[in-house]
Amino acid sequence: MKFIKFLIVGIIFGIVMTKSEAISWYRIQEMFRFQSFHMYGIIGTAVITGVIGTAIIKKLKIRDISGASIQFFPKDKSIIRYLIGGSIFGLGWALSGACPGPMVVNLGYGYITFGIVLLFALLGTYLYGVLKDKIPH
Amino acid sequence: MIEFLTQPWSWWFSGLIIAAIMFTMLFFGKSFGFSSNLRTICSIAGAGKKVKFFDFDWKTQIWNLVFLVGAIIGGFLAKEFLSTDEPIKIAASTLKDLSELGFEKPTEVQPLELFSLENAFSLKGFLVLAIGGLLVGFGSRYAGGCTSGHAISGLSNLQIPSLIAVVGFFIGGLIMTFFILPLIFK
Repeated sequence: MKFIKFLIVGIIFGIVMTKSEAISWYRIQEMFRFQSFHMYGIIGTAVITGVIGTAIIKKLKIRDISGASIQFFPKDKSIIRYLIGGSIFGLGWALSGACPGPMVVNLGYGYITFGIVLLFALLGTYLYGVLKDKIPH
Repeated sequence: MIEFLTQPWSWWFSGLIIAAIMFTMLFFGKSFGFSSNLRTICSIAGAGKKVKFFDFDWKTQIWNLVFLVGAIIGGFLAKEFLSTDEPIKIAASTLKDLSELGFEKPTEVQPLELFSLENAFSLKGFLVLAIGGLLVGFGSRYAGGCTSGHAISGLSNLQIPSLIAVVGFFIGGLIMTFFILPLIFK
């Protein structure tokens, strides 16, 4: 039962991804063609709110539900892995119109062909695990 | 209220909810990052026996898988109870560009040219979905995160690596949109 709260937040995530239309291939095309403010508005609002909230959490040393102070983990320092990995991700995002979250939301929406996208995303993740030590990070 | 919920949600309302989801996860002692689930599922499937990257205690990640299940349910609920089933309205300029690539006017949320069962059973249609998924799966792990982990959580924490990753998302996205899609669909 301790997991039920994550189920509820996940449900809200699925609903907001659907209702914001961020799950749509068309919206991702609009974004990459710079022809609509919609996706920039969504991500921009989330980030600006996120920056302010994160700063407040750090400043006030706000604690989580268990009473521990909320931790932020800095990402490993590198340029190459983020630039190349990010670019590979972007190629797939613009092709399939979905990042990993929206893939499963689309499944729930009823687009069962996203099962293929998801299956190959798992395969891609597996391939990364296999090649991890052979590619620059 | 119901009318407000069944219409497409505005960008600012959606953005606020996404930020609220991130803060709720932090309050629950976790971080908001979706693509880690792909690694976890590989591990559950037994990939850890062969590849060290997947050899970890996946039971510590159950909370995120539960979030994933919730996301599927959320998509279903939004479709069944909060949807008007009207075709998605997108920018006229995008419609025009896409029509030049052979896409008809939208009739629903997704283009049937890509996501109908019929299309998925054609060789080209299948390859587009498969390669798209493969690139997202590989790229998100290589970059150490996807849109939620980098663009939302990472940028909120002013992480330079996340900014570089987001620049990468756009390099790849623009190359696909302007150079590769015309080769595939024209």
